[in-house]
Amino acid sequence: MGIKIINEKCVGCKICVAVCPFQAITMVDKKAVIDLDKCTLCSACVEACKFNAIEFKREFTKTENIEQYDGVWVFGEQKKGIIQPVVYELLGKGKELAHKLHTQLSCVILGSNIKTKAQELIYRGADNVYVVDAPDLSNFLDEPYTKILVNLIRKYRPEIVLCGATSIGRALISRVAVKLHAGLTADCTGLDIEPQEKILLQTRPAFGGNIMATIITKNHRPQMSTVRHKVMKENEIDTTRQGKIIEESFAPAFFTSRTKILDIVEEVSSTVNLTEADIIVSGGRGMKNPENFAILEELAKALDGAVGASRAAVDSGWMPYSHQVGQTGKTVCPKIYIACGISGQIQHLVGMQSSKTIIAINQDAHAPIFNVANYGIVGDLFQVVPLLTKKFKEKIRK
Amino acid sequence: MNIIVCIKQVPETTQVQIDPKTNTLIREGVQSIINPFDMYAIEEGIRIKEKFGGKVTVITMGPPQAECALREAISLGCDEGILLSDRAFAGSDTLATGYTLAMAIKKIKEFDIIICGKQASDGDTAQVGPGISAHLDIPQITYVKKIEEIQDGHATVERMTEEGFEILKTPLPCLITVVKEINEPRIPSLKGMMKAKKAVIATWKALDIEAEEYRIGLKGSPTQVVKIFTPPPRPKGQIFDGTPEESVEKLIGILKNHLI
Repeated sequence: MGIKIINEKCVGCKICVAVCPFQAITMVDKKAVIDLDKCTLCSACVEACKFNAIEFKREFTKTENIEQYDGVWVFGEQKKGIIQPVVYELLGKGKELAHKLHTQLSCVILGSNIKTKAQELIYRGADNVYVVDAPDLSNFLDEPYTKILVNLIRKYRPEIVLCGATSIGRALISRVAVKLHAGLTADCTGLDIEPQEKILLQTRPAFGGNIMATIITKNHRPQMSTVRHKVMKENEIDTTRQGKIIEESFAPAFFTSRTKILDIVEEVSSTVNLTEADIIVSGGRGMKNPENFAILEELAKALDGAVGASRAAVDSGWMPYSHQVGQTGKTVCPKIYIACGISGQIQHLVGMQSSKTIIAINQDAHAPIFNVANYGIVGDLFQVVPLLTKKFKEKIRK
Repeated sequence: MNIIVCIKQVPETTQVQIDPKTNTLIREGVQSIINPFDMYAIEEGIRIKEKFGGKVTVITMGPPQAECALREAISLGCDEGILLSDRAFAGSDTLATGYTLAMAIKKIKEFDIIICGKQASDGDTAQVGPGISAHLDIPQITYVKKIEEIQDGHATVERMTEEGFEILKTPLPCLITVVKEINEPRIPSLKGMMKAKKAVIATWKALDIEAEEYRIGLKGSPTQVVKIFTPPPRPKGQIFDGTPEESVEKLIGILKNHLI
C-alpha cells in the first residue's frame, strides 16, 4: 500500500492541492509533495490528476483505516430550498442507529441560501449539520453534488450514509459509492445494527417485493443505503435540542458541471407528489374513460391525497405516465392505498403491496386485488366513490 | 453515432420462490427475458441510429445463455452483441457490475451515448447505470423520458422528476437511463430475426477487458446478501358486500381510525 508523486510526470498544476480534503499536499520546487502523516489514502488527488502523476496502489478488498470510520450521516435532500420529507424519516431512523452504535447523527445539506434550514434538522435529531451553501448548488446536478459529497465523506469518514431512494438520491448516491469504492444497497425498507459486529443490516425488497433480502457491507466504509419513502418514522420536533452547524466551503472546481439545466417544468396535475402522499386513490381499467378520473380526483382532494393509475389506465391514455403505479411505473408506500377498478395484476401489486392499508373497490369479487386488500368493497365504484367522498366531507372534514 | 445499450437478462416473472433447504432462489423452469426497461433502451438506441446513422452495440454480463438476450436485441435492429461471461464475474454486486461493464465499454472505445434501462425488474436497484458513468467519468442523466435533440456534440433531454421534468443539456459522450414513457418498443422484423440467427456474438472474459481481479465478481463486491426470505403474507382482508351505503359507512369508520 502506498502513494507517491511521479516527479517526471508532475507539471506543478496544483489541482491535487485544491482537491485534497486534508491539506496533505504542498508544492516544493513546483512539484507536488504528499505529507504521509496527513494523507488518509482517500485517492481524491489520484482521480483529479490529469497527468497520471500520482501512483497509488489501492486495496480494493478492504477500506483503509476502517476502524476510524465513525458516525451516521443523512443526506439532506432539498428541492427549491425545501428539505424533502424523506430526510426527516431518515433522521428518525438514523438517530436510532446512532444510539445503538453510541455515536453521533449528522446531516449534510447542499443548496443555495440553505443555512437557515440547519436548525430544524437539529430539532429533528441531528447532532451536527454540515452545510455547503452556494448559488451553484440551488438545483441538483449529478457532478457537483457528487464531487462535494465524496469530498466531505472522505474528510469526515462516517461509517453509515443514508439517503432517500428518490430520483435524485438514487442517481447521486450510486455515483458517490463508485467514487468511494463503497457498498451501496438500494431502496431499503428495514435498517438495523447487528449487535456483535456493529454492522448495518440492510433489508430490501427484490423481485418487486416478492422476496426480501438482508444485505451487509463488512469490509468497506461507509456502509451506504438509499431508503424507501414513507417507511421510517420521523422524529418529533424538539426545539430544546442542541447541535453544531458546520459550514464547509469549496474551490470553484467543485461546482463545475458538464450537464446544464435548461428548464424545470412542474406538472403537478391534480394533487401532490405520488411517492410522498399519505393517501393514494388509484384507478384502473374499471374507470372506463379518462373523464371518470374526476371522481377519483374529488376523493383524493377530500382526503388530501394523490391520484395514481394502473398501467392499463396509462396505456389507454387516460392518465399521464407520471401517475403510473407498478413495475414499470412508481413504487409507492402510502398509509392508505385505495384501488378503484383495478383488478390487481402482479405488475401492479409489486408497486403498491407494501402500503400500510389497502382498500379495494371492484365489481369482480374474484379480482386478485382482494387478495392483498385489508378491506374490500365488492360493488360499483361509480356509486361507491362519490358516496365515499360526500360522506367523508360531511363526517370528517367538516 | 456510436451507441451502446447495456441490457440484463432477468426472470420472466417476479413471482420467484425460495428453496427452503438451500435458501436460494429457485431458477429452474423460470423463463428468461430482457429486462422490460431495457427494451426501451434498445428501442431508443435504434431510433437514434435511424436518425443519425451509426451503429448500436448491445452488451450484457451474464451466464452463457444470456446470449439469447443479445440475439433478441439484434433481431430488433441492434448491430452487434457482446457477451461478458466468465466465472470470475459471478457474484458481482452493483459496484462490480458497473466496473465490469465500464471496462468493456473502454475496450469498445468509440462511443457517443450509452443507454440503460432505469432499473432491472429483479434487483430494482437503479445503481448500475450511474455506476458505469461514474467509472467512465462521463456525465449521466437518469430517468430520461424524451431525447429532444442531439446536435453539435450535445444531447438535450427531459429527465423525469417527482414533480414533473427537467430539461438538461449535456455534452457527448454521456450515459442516460430511460423510463417507459420514452418510446414504444417495436417488434422484431422477419429480416431482423434472420440476421440475429446468423449474428456472431463476441464473448469477452475478464482478461479480454483487462479487469482487475479484485474489482470483479464476489471479490469486487463490497455488499453481501446474508439472508433472503419471503415477506409475511398480508393478513386476510375483510370484504364488505352490502349496499353501497352500508359499505361506505364501514369505510368511513376505517378511514377515521387511520387518519385521526
